[in-house]
Amino acid sequence: MSKTLLDKVWEAHTVRTLPNGSTQLLIGTHLIHEVTSPQAFGMLRDLGLKVLFPSRTFATVDHIVPTDERDEPFSDSLADAMIKALRENCAQSGIKFFDLPSGQQGIVHIVGPEQGITQPGTTIACGDSHTSTHGAFGAIAFGIGTSQVRDVLATQTMAIRKPKVRRINVDGSLAPGVYSKDVILHIIRKLGVNGGLGFAYEYGGSTFDAFTQEERMTVCNMSIEGGARVGYVNPDETTFAYLKGRPYAPKGAQWEAAVARWKATASDPGAAYDEVISYKASEIAPTVTWGINPGQAIFIDEKVPRLSELPDKDRATAEEALVHMQLKAGEPIKGTKVDVAFLGSCTNGRLSDLTEVAKHIRGHKVRRGVKAIVVPGSQGVAALAERMGLAAIFQEAGFEWRGAGCSMCLGMNPDKLVGDQLCASSSNRNFKGRQGSPTGRTVLMSPLMVAAAAVTGEISDAREIFHVA
Amino acid sequence: MALEKITQVTGRGVYVPGDDIDTDRIIPARFMKCVTFDGLGEFAFADARAAAAAEGTVHPLDDPRFVGASVLLSGSNFGCGSSREHAPQALYRFGIRAVLAESFAEIFFGNSTTLGMPCVVMRPEDLRALAGIIASDPAALLTIDLLESKVSIADMDFPAILPDHAKEALVTGRWDAIADLLEGVDAVRDRAAQLPYMAA
Repeated sequence: MSKTLLDKVWEAHTVRTLPNGSTQLLIGTHLIHEVTSPQAFGMLRDLGLKVLFPSRTFATVDHIVPTDERDEPFSDSLADAMIKALRENCAQSGIKFFDLPSGQQGIVHIVGPEQGITQPGTTIACGDSHTSTHGAFGAIAFGIGTSQVRDVLATQTMAIRKPKVRRINVDGSLAPGVYSKDVILHIIRKLGVNGGLGFAYEYGGSTFDAFTQEERMTVCNMSIEGGARVGYVNPDETTFAYLKGRPYAPKGAQWEAAVARWKATASDPGAAYDEVISYKASEIAPTVTWGINPGQAIFIDEKVPRLSELPDKDRATAEEALVHMQLKAGEPIKGTKVDVAFLGSCTNGRLSDLTEVAKHIRGHKVRRGVKAIVVPGSQGVAALAERMGLAAIFQEAGFEWRGAGCSMCLGMNPDKLVGDQLCASSSNRNFKGRQGSPTGRTVLMSPLMVAAAAVTGEISDAREIFHVA
Repeated sequence: MALEKITQVTGRGVYVPGDDIDTDRIIPARFMKCVTFDGLGEFAFADARAAAAAEGTVHPLDDPRFVGASVLLSGSNFGCGSSREHAPQALYRFGIRAVLAESFAEIFFGNSTTLGMPCVVMRPEDLRALAGIIASDPAALLTIDLLESKVSIADMDFPAILPDHAKEALVTGRWDAIADLLEGVDAVRDRAAQLPYMAA
């Protein structure tokens, strides 16, 4: 019988069925960070339990690390206590920690792939909703809560129900200046922020076949913003080429065996899906959000919707969004004044994101009055970007070049919006207060659109500003 | 680990209207700079409550009429966004013991169930009716009956659905999965030994 990748991975990792009908699912790879793990270690201690497979948990520090002043102790004593707690918990349990001085620290969803820890056909869990990122490799990757972090530490399993699978096809070539970020914003706009409840999203079609591994990560990353806890792409030669030679990837004879196994985990032709939806790449344009959830999005040349144009059920949230965003219904979004430009996050903080922007910003300057920051997703990304001269290009253009971390995606470190500043952001969430100021405003977009906003001081069409054609 | 069998929750209600209420709204990220969940209760909906106060209005959670309410009512896709367990922990520590909504984000739903805080799905028209009753009589007691799949208030019953696996977990006192998971540890080792990437 034809099976999906999800079917195969689920079968290979099922330990047993629990009394309430949930699956006890083996989690092959567990990633932890400083915000959602300390309470889990505390629960473990309270229960007198130990970490069952310490070699299958990997840690890094990302949410609270300052991106400018990196020396410890951090001036924020709460943040300092968190990094120290993680360091101590890892040392006591024998867990590998990609610590600040390692040169390998970064956002957990960037470090896992970069190290070759993220592999096809595996199950991955992390106390962070953007764990779906790892699905780009054909892994089934779940964001989990802290009690489940405890469960995985203690038993290397968790209790979970098998989701349905919605296959999402995108076919054709994206126009110049349109990126994988626009693809996922478009999908969420069409299916809604709760459209994925109960589903895993399997992304495919010729657009995905042509995507690089990093582009696939951007899409899978935001699956959760569409309500789907899991999103994945079937592994192929692009995936294997990305992984080959990475520190934790299989080596020598084991490499060939692993590739053969990985190929076999891909969904079979003719596999049955619970739903199938298809889009054309040619219908997607650079997309920006106008509201307070990632589904409230429009193409750059569209107008902010009038309430009367929206379905009844969406109007109350839209009204709240317009007030918060200080936007007028029926007006173009292009031209809206921008205070801050943030380039980074687990969505768009990888090397290819920085390379693409650097290619276009030579000769441009950040508009006076705009604070523009580039936060590489990992120390690895930062080192490569510096070696390639990208950092210098950004600095020359007037961007601040920072150290690696989550930074202004969620404002748990000193990088926060102030008051009702409006931020053009390559991150993943535009929730009220998300970027550290309760009245702060976030407009999500691709990295190149962030750069366009930075140099013009307003929401702009990057294709016009940088003559992309 | 013997846990309480949760078959009913009774308490006064408080209605926080809105769809897609995300976990950043429920507990803003700056309050997650902590290594325990203690003390999160007072920060539940902190920014929304402060914003209401600044506008000269009052957030439902601060409205004296609803102080002490333990059943939270809201709209669809409640608890979307971040996986932070800090969100249900904050609600629980604030005094909430059950949430009634049109639908729930999955991670929030699982996190809440693990705390023994049922997330029960209701039809939007029934939620609005309940909200109306609570607004006119804030002292009215709601009873959520998980076995009977209904919410009762005054002389009225409304259908209220909990998915089977969550219902089973709550009513049998197995809502925290850790005990069940630990029972399977030998089988876990066997399964892991069959996976090359875990053996390596």
